[in-house]
Amino acid sequence: MSHGANTVHGASRPDTIVNFGFWVYLMSDVILFSMLFTMFVVVSDNTFGGPDGAELFKLRDVFFETMALLFSSITFGFAMLSMHAKHKGGVLLWLLVTFIFGVLFVTLELHEFYELIHEGATPQTSAFLSAFFTLVGTHGTHVTFGLIWILVMVGQVAFKGVTPPVASRLFRLALFWHFLDIVWIAVFSTVYLSGVMG
Amino acid sequence: MNLLGKLSLDAIPDEPIILAADIMMVLVAVGLVAAVTYYGKWKYLYDEWLTTVDHKKIGVMYIIVAMIFLLRGFIDALMMRAQQAFASGGSEGYLPAHHFAELFTGHGTMMIFFMGMPFLIGLMNIAVPTQIGARDVAYPYLNAVSLWLTVSAGMLVMASLAVGHFSDAGWTGYAPYSGIKSNPGVGVDYWIWALQISGIGTTITGINFFVTIMKERAPGMNLMRMPMFTWTSLCTNILMVLAFPALTVVLALLTLDRYVGTHFFTSDGGGNQMMFVNMFWVWGHPEVYILILPAFGVFSEVTATFSNKRLFGYASLVYATMVIALLSFTVWVHHFFTMGQDATRNSIFAIATMIIGVPTGVKIYDWLFTMFRGRIRFNLPILWTLSFIITFTIGGMTGVMLAIPGIDFKMHNGLFLVAHFHNVLIPGMLFGLFAGYHYWFPKAFGFCLDEVWGRRAFWGWTIGFYLAFMPLYILGLMGMPRRMVTYDDPAWQPFLIVAAIGALFVAFGVLSMIIQLIVSIRDREQLKDVSGDPWNGRTLDWATSSPPAEYNFAVIPEVKDRDAWTDMKARGVAYARPDKYDDIHMPKNTAAGFILGALSFVFGFALIWHIWWLVAASGAAMIATVIIRGCDDDTWFVIPADEVKRREDKRFEALEKAGVV
Repeated sequence: MSHGANTVHGASRPDTIVNFGFWVYLMSDVILFSMLFTMFVVVSDNTFGGPDGAELFKLRDVFFETMALLFSSITFGFAMLSMHAKHKGGVLLWLLVTFIFGVLFVTLELHEFYELIHEGATPQTSAFLSAFFTLVGTHGTHVTFGLIWILVMVGQVAFKGVTPPVASRLFRLALFWHFLDIVWIAVFSTVYLSGVMG
Repeated sequence: MNLLGKLSLDAIPDEPIILAADIMMVLVAVGLVAAVTYYGKWKYLYDEWLTTVDHKKIGVMYIIVAMIFLLRGFIDALMMRAQQAFASGGSEGYLPAHHFAELFTGHGTMMIFFMGMPFLIGLMNIAVPTQIGARDVAYPYLNAVSLWLTVSAGMLVMASLAVGHFSDAGWTGYAPYSGIKSNPGVGVDYWIWALQISGIGTTITGINFFVTIMKERAPGMNLMRMPMFTWTSLCTNILMVLAFPALTVVLALLTLDRYVGTHFFTSDGGGNQMMFVNMFWVWGHPEVYILILPAFGVFSEVTATFSNKRLFGYASLVYATMVIALLSFTVWVHHFFTMGQDATRNSIFAIATMIIGVPTGVKIYDWLFTMFRGRIRFNLPILWTLSFIITFTIGGMTGVMLAIPGIDFKMHNGLFLVAHFHNVLIPGMLFGLFAGYHYWFPKAFGFCLDEVWGRRAFWGWTIGFYLAFMPLYILGLMGMPRRMVTYDDPAWQPFLIVAAIGALFVAFGVLSMIIQLIVSIRDREQLKDVSGDPWNGRTLDWATSSPPAEYNFAVIPEVKDRDAWTDMKARGVAYARPDKYDDIHMPKNTAAGFILGALSFVFGFALIWHIWWLVAASGAAMIATVIIRGCDDDTWFVIPADEVKRREDKRFEALEKAGVV
């Protein structure tokens, strides 16, 4: 593993090293989310006289959100296939499709937040809702940063083409994007499914 | 809308002591700027330091930060000792209660986040890459980002002295007292944002050095050939990556409680204050080992080097370090035995706490056996090590006492506890950092530190430590609570006077270290080390020149033994001229790290004072900086083989002249 890592004189660090660090970052992000999940689970019954998940969550809307995000992962996969085929137009197309699905997801989430707050179920209502908005919102913030990153990469692919550094960055963006999908599965199960089932 | 948020002229403190400190701070800052301008060093400062990505220079800057905060944290301690020495039997002392509360909060916060952490990260920066035979860390630019985030967080703490005030909620900031209802001022916000910004820097450092150690080792250096300091750094980095996100979250949730009105840790709205304590110590206990493990690594290097012997029980030290790192996540409840868990739960954590003493004991024996029958050279690093072994063992034993919940119920929140954790952290962490400071100073600067003043500092600290903290054990047994600004029981006063005298001895130690540094710089020609190996070292860091070339190694060494440098010296291949040199690729300097640090200071300051437009502007500027840097493909440059040869020839010439080769 260590052999020759230093003796290889590339233009920069080999991709494997940079990617390894990104995996480690993702693991630290797992801890971050797991703390938020813990917080949520501990206070999920502390509704303080306010509404609980069974009253508030609309699984139909969450289903569309979930589909938007899952499809965006598939379309990102297509972008990566185009990248390996050195097909610049394909990469751009699928990145933009992914971006649209991502925006759809964030929009649906914001719409849900808007409706909840409109009904009087705000982050200030109870510890349960504080934890709900924070956990789901933290995931949404991650997705938003992912969207900014996608736009930056669209720019890089458009102007630089699929050069080795650009491809290397795309790979890490893909990791990030799929990671957010996996976190969402946990959010969906822990927050929405458990919430609706009471 | 108010353009300055909550900020107004009222924010400037009117207490004379604080005002004097502010004037002092401003004078020092103005003096520094004037000096740099007078000597025309701005370009040098910018090119060589502010924009550098060289791990050696970053390490030096980390340690400068640590030294500044060591001074500040120590002045706080001195003031607290003086207050308690006088404030008995109806006397109010000289400090108002809120100032005293800010002192103990600031002392703890600074000593842990802005003295201990930068110091150990600085030593890691200076030693780890060279110990593993690497040319740099895995992410040189992120290394600079970490540094400048730490600096900016430290500047926030400094700013709290002049603009507004610091937290009075203790360094742990327990909710709900740190919540907005009990603590509406900016103090807790300073604490939150200083910790949050420096914590993110630390997480990045953890990732960076973990990858560096896993991926950048020289050929032949498998895991069980890594120097002990590298091993303990590796475990510390793992803990940083896994534990610091917990701090990030608990601070973020407290922030939401304070800024948005959520109910995570509030008394109403269904908040759960136990979650604050749990999440804080889920980070906080591993943090203890983050601080102490690198020091254990230094002690391992120092005992082996100055005993002229191979380290005894290398494998047991490695496993002990790993076991400590693992167990550090299983003991956090012992910080709050009294907060209402049932006896079963307390017992589980009590047993885990006692078990963690076992690998620590293994290490003590390993160091003792390393020295046993060694020819010990009593230079400064090993003096600190010897003081550590004796003093730390006492602290460890009182720790096992406190691990028993029944005893903890009596001692909780008392001075016995304060004596205990100072008794582990000062010898365990600080003496280790000092040992490392004396050990690697010649590596970083090419000359040794003065021994005479070093010994004076050593005795000041060691005698001062015992005088200052042994009385606190007795006071704890007598029932004195911690953090008291005044007290009624006159029986406590004599012990507190002794403790204050101890603090004066430590002050002598601190002063001696300052003088030592000045004297050493003055006498640098006499103290000069040309060989790069002043201590007859055993590991690869001593194979480089002092200070090392920016590429550390012109040719990456081939490692055949655990004590790689000793082995190379024995085989006669140390200082061997290579047949030929290759081009070397090195990372380019960048201002991005410095800019991000400066922006994060503005960002934090704006958040503390609710200056929302500035929050948005500096936040957007940070994102823009990251994106611009992220689009840059041209971040490396080449040092041609001829240039490497020219520099190395110069080094060999000096070595020959000094008779090393």
